[in-house]
Amino acid sequence: MEKFEKLTGIAAPLPLVNIDTDMIIPKQFLKTIKRSGLGVSLFQEMRYDRQGNENPDFVLNKPQYREAEILVTGDNFGCGSSREHAPWALKDFGIRTVIATSFADIFYNNCFKNGILPIILPQEAVDVLMQDAEKGSNARMIVDLEAQTVTSSDGEVFPFEVDSFKKHCLLNGLDDIGLTLEKASSIDAFETGIAQARPWV
Amino acid sequence: MSPKTLYDKIWDAHVVQQDEDGTCLLYIDRHLVHEVTSPQAFEGLRMAGRKVHAPDRTIAVPDHNVPTTAGRENPDQMPEDSRIQVAALDQNARDFGIHYYPVDDIRQGIVHIVGPEQGWTLPGMTVVCGDSHTATHGAFGALAHGIGTSEVEHVLATQTLIQKKSKNMKVEITGKLRPGVTAKDITLSVIGATGTAGGTGYVIEYCGEAIRDLSMEGRMTVCNMAIEGGARAGLIAPDETTFEYVRGRPHAPKGAQWEAALDWWKTLYSDDDAHWDKVVTIKGEDIAPLVTWGTSPEDVLPITGEVPDPASFSGGKVEAARRSLEYMGLTPGQKLSDIEVDTVFIGSCTNGRIEDLRAAAAILKGKKVKDGMRAMVVPGSGLVRAQAEEEGLADIFREAGFEWRMAGCSMCLAMNPDQLSEGERCASTSNRNFEGRQGYKGRTHLVSPAMAAAAAVTGKLTDVREMI
Repeated sequence: MEKFEKLTGIAAPLPLVNIDTDMIIPKQFLKTIKRSGLGVSLFQEMRYDRQGNENPDFVLNKPQYREAEILVTGDNFGCGSSREHAPWALKDFGIRTVIATSFADIFYNNCFKNGILPIILPQEAVDVLMQDAEKGSNARMIVDLEAQTVTSSDGEVFPFEVDSFKKHCLLNGLDDIGLTLEKASSIDAFETGIAQARPWV
Repeated sequence: MSPKTLYDKIWDAHVVQQDEDGTCLLYIDRHLVHEVTSPQAFEGLRMAGRKVHAPDRTIAVPDHNVPTTAGRENPDQMPEDSRIQVAALDQNARDFGIHYYPVDDIRQGIVHIVGPEQGWTLPGMTVVCGDSHTATHGAFGALAHGIGTSEVEHVLATQTLIQKKSKNMKVEITGKLRPGVTAKDITLSVIGATGTAGGTGYVIEYCGEAIRDLSMEGRMTVCNMAIEGGARAGLIAPDETTFEYVRGRPHAPKGAQWEAALDWWKTLYSDDDAHWDKVVTIKGEDIAPLVTWGTSPEDVLPITGEVPDPASFSGGKVEAARRSLEYMGLTPGQKLSDIEVDTVFIGSCTNGRIEDLRAAAAILKGKKVKDGMRAMVVPGSGLVRAQAEEEGLADIFREAGFEWRMAGCSMCLAMNPDQLSEGERCASTSNRNFEGRQGYKGRTHLVSPAMAAAAAVTGKLTDVREMI
């Protein structure tokens, strides 16, 4: 997995609550058997018309946000389906951080498996960063995972919380499966135990 | 010993190892797999030269892409990308030696219907699947939740997940339900009360008289939509209803093992003085038949209500409601029972079981679908379909003018050819009314099976209580 340490980048404002994973990447793109190539279809129904022409009003189609690496958005981002295609599409487009007041559980976990840092901040902080993002490409935010801070283009600093294990894995680009397989003997012992205690399982 | 919730008990029984910061390695008893969220995970295993750790605990079935029309065993019925995805599951199931129900097997169906039907899902288990509606299996008192593809690969390779424990939330539905009110209305009413993020960070246990009174199928409907309330999982403590449902199923324990299992299952309940981080109580008699008006499952009101004014909300919900009404083509103040629908869809892992079909058929018997409407029933599994045919339900549906389809996810997420067209309005027994969910610019109103049947007869959203 790609490491995430520190990012200085353009933030795109998407001030909508309850953006679900169907909006992030519609089902017709889930038929792929690969992880790559989904960026072009990110936010497809908001980003393009039925003929595939870009909707000029959608934030990521505006010239100043085409290179955005940060998304500032509304409550409960990523709700709905468990499709990991949602973070795959964000990552493929170039988004490395999403900032919101809350995230849906499965989406939040999926981000960490793909080198994306989802940041939960209070409403007041998100409001400030949303306004900052509205300024366009001249306003660059700094996201520092080690320090656990987001810094607005005006230099205002917002600390955030993140689970220590998830942080460790993201900072070092660690592969979960490799880590767990180091504990194979514990898993084997557990299986021996349940074969006795719950043999019907 | 300190008092525990049901969630605490199941969690504790599955912790392989716990780190100082509370991060746990959790053992997974059952891993359900479908064709959409698994190909990249199997590919990851191949590239790393890994095997499936516990193929006997891994069960696969294609459901999302499969056509629901006759003759679908012929792969040429599927578009190329769907065919490749289903073929990949066929191949992966063979290569890795996991249990598999292919399209031409009568036991094939929606993964969350097949698991319980075959007795794979049992009380006290941990169950995961690369699908958010895995919450369904919580109805058995199993800790069940959706995971992403990276975690699918993790479970395939290690039979564990790296997890931190969620908080405990109790949702109590007291008293009795009124006539015409169903499990679907219970689960929608909870989401309406708590919002789609109300359960974020929690595992919900549903309890109370109205929950106890539900059949296993009703309980599955309730738990299925726990995810729509944001919860990691929904649970219902197992009881005689559960044990009776499980007994004799193909993969349920038998003989002495059954007795041993039963002894443990009977300890799976929340202790009286267990700690709850959040409690929600709803009176069963206050729940009416519900419909959704917007594009989030929290946008729900009694059928007797009116389309709300976006200005009546606060914060980001004002703009969200305005956007929803524009998308849905509705105006504030419009009576919900005046909304005309073009299509009715009965099916999905929420409401595609035999009791759902019985409830719809009871309304449809001797009646006709309104002229010009499209109506379809998609049973949740081949076995549900066969049983409905045996009970004469299929004839009732056909005679009323419904299409009688083969099993699959179908129009719930519209990955197969069953889709709404632009502007088409549907009364649907599925679980999500998101923008574009059932087809590009399609408009979804979530309802119970009986309400869907009523809408098919009248051509508009209808209070089913007027027809019973």
